[in-house]
Amino acid sequence: MLEIKNLQVRAEGKEILKGVDLHVDAGEVHAIMGPNGSGKSTLARALAGHPHYEVTGGTVLYEGRDLLELDPDERAREGVFMAFQYPVEIAGVNNAYFLKAAVNAMRKHRGQPELDAMEFMQLIQQRSELLDIDKSMLTRAVNEGFSGGEKKRNEIFQMALLEPRLAVLDETDSGLDIDALKLVARGVNAMRAPDRAIIVVTHYQRLLDYIVPDYVHVLSGGRIVKSGGKELALELEKKGYSWIETGAEPVSA
Amino acid sequence: MSTSTETIEQLATREYKYGFYTDVESETIPKGLSEDVVRLISAKKDEPEWLLEWRLKAYRLWLTMKEPTWQNVKYDPINYQDIVYYSAPKKKKVLNSLDEVDPEVRATFDKLGIPLEEQKLLSGVAVDAVFDSVSVATTFREKLGSVGIIFMSFSEAVREHPELVRKYLGSVVPHTDNFFAALNSAVFSDGSFVYIPKGVRCPMELSTYFRINAKDTGQFERTLIIADEGSYVSYLEGCTAPMRDENQLHAAVVELVAHDDATIKYSTIQNWYPGDKDGKGGIYNFVTKRGICAGRGSKITWTQVETGSAITWKYPGCILQGDNSIGEFYSVATTNNWQQADTGTKMIHLGKNTRSTIVSKGISAGHGQNTYRGLVRVGKNARNARNYSQCDSLLIGDKCGAHTFPYLDIKNTTARVEHEASTSKIGEDQIFYCRQRGITTEDAVNMIVSGFCKEVFRELPMEFAVEAQKLLSVSLEGSVG
Repeated sequence: MLEIKNLQVRAEGKEILKGVDLHVDAGEVHAIMGPNGSGKSTLARALAGHPHYEVTGGTVLYEGRDLLELDPDERAREGVFMAFQYPVEIAGVNNAYFLKAAVNAMRKHRGQPELDAMEFMQLIQQRSELLDIDKSMLTRAVNEGFSGGEKKRNEIFQMALLEPRLAVLDETDSGLDIDALKLVARGVNAMRAPDRAIIVVTHYQRLLDYIVPDYVHVLSGGRIVKSGGKELALELEKKGYSWIETGAEPVSA
Repeated sequence: MSTSTETIEQLATREYKYGFYTDVESETIPKGLSEDVVRLISAKKDEPEWLLEWRLKAYRLWLTMKEPTWQNVKYDPINYQDIVYYSAPKKKKVLNSLDEVDPEVRATFDKLGIPLEEQKLLSGVAVDAVFDSVSVATTFREKLGSVGIIFMSFSEAVREHPELVRKYLGSVVPHTDNFFAALNSAVFSDGSFVYIPKGVRCPMELSTYFRINAKDTGQFERTLIIADEGSYVSYLEGCTAPMRDENQLHAAVVELVAHDDATIKYSTIQNWYPGDKDGKGGIYNFVTKRGICAGRGSKITWTQVETGSAITWKYPGCILQGDNSIGEFYSVATTNNWQQADTGTKMIHLGKNTRSTIVSKGISAGHGQNTYRGLVRVGKNARNARNYSQCDSLLIGDKCGAHTFPYLDIKNTTARVEHEASTSKIGEDQIFYCRQRGITTEDAVNMIVSGFCKEVFRELPMEFAVEAQKLLSVSLEGSVG
């Protein structure tokens, strides 16, 4: 589904990714781990097409297409979803209205009829229980006044509504207490499917207790320096990143 | 990667779809202003002597007045001798019915989406169509007349209801009020007149559509609306003009009078030609609008969506004279490219228990400069006056500006006056967030802008709220890369 080859990315004048290779198939869950500044979030944002991240080399094939050729909104409509590390607040725009606009943009792209307000509320009802989304989170402005946990739940809720083919979760566990973490993990696990791939970007092994990955990759100094099964995460937990970092220079971004 | 070059500052040309010109045979007087021109306009309209005298008084005063310079806008000096003060499509004969409107003029309004055939009109909306200096048609007159409502062009009202016109003309905005009001009083050519009798709730929206067509012409219209005791009327004005490289002056006066327990809702959708993307051309929209809540428990609501004009300079206000009267002002003003707006309101509390609400939303994009200027005055007898003001500014890009000048003048200690203001920016991160959810940049901007404006849009008559929203998205088209 996703084939990343020698990907190089610059941000704010600095080279962050220095040649990343990654192969992800449908149905798989990959964890990208690494110390702060290793380029984990850069990888996630470059895949989503964030304008501040400039791809300077390499290729990304998504379902056989050149992903880098697509605008961010085209990528999203093609099924690439990113859960933001820092979800953005949009004052004045009702969250439910925003979600409906997003869902209908996807449906339109897939040639499905757009949902009206009633049908949309039914969909919301179906999907909101899993993540304990209460009504007030729908009637408030997008992410405005949301607690850290609510913001992250809202991200996964959007993932549940938009049903992406490829979901990239950027540090979704940061700032969550254990209960909120379990709730978010439950939401993500419910989304695991044979035709869907999930990339979990995280600093800590803790999240991977609840979202058990098929593969773990360690990103360090802008490259993937080690790959393995889920046991690699446990090993990292025990030994720390310094164990793996020998030979790779740390990046300060 | 195509996205890396995108910046919010990037401006594209936007289309002004009402910029066409209609080739219609016009009767146009030579450029320039003098006492003779004032007399000529009055004579063309067959006006009574008292009205000519009123005009001349205003003209003579105007000669002694200086154009105001305190507003936060910049423009080259206006040469008042280089303006045509009267231009009207030539009439073959007196109009007896709508069918006799010049086909070219009628086609113009059709093209603007304002068909003058009653059966084609939005149900529930009566229209007075003003083309350059004159009213060319007023629809649904008979239906309205059957409940005693007078809705006609100003010129006709002078002929048919001189006693009403004479009583109220200049009663809210006297000719001495300001430079542009004096100029308007001297040379106004037409406009709309509305009278709602006691206890009548006007069964349809009334609306005037202003079109500037002729070159080098100024438009100076006057609107006078009187709502008698216990009556209700909702009135809407719209306006457009052809695209031209020269600036054109529009200096209108609107006066509203609400008697005991009467309500007037006055909505404006202003879409004069704003000038091109380099700031060339466009309408100077220098307008004086004021209403008086003369009676107890009366209410006046101004709602305006200002998207057009090179320069907008207007402060629709309310004089809250009657006890328990209410004044409201809801405004969305957008400035894109090189547009400038200095707009706001005046709420003058004179009666007891008077209340006013001000909600102003300014949107600036491109090099646009947007100023809110508002006065809340509470007189010494206005016990328990209440005011709530909210001024929000939204910036798109970093070359535009938003400015807020609230003036408070409180002479009664029982008054309670609140002012809230905020400034926000449509950020690249917000746009990216929306795009990551599959929403296009354009839709994202529209969504954020309409979220920002919704408190104002819900005050518009339903038929026009959708139009206003569309207009706003057109006027901000291309403001985000």
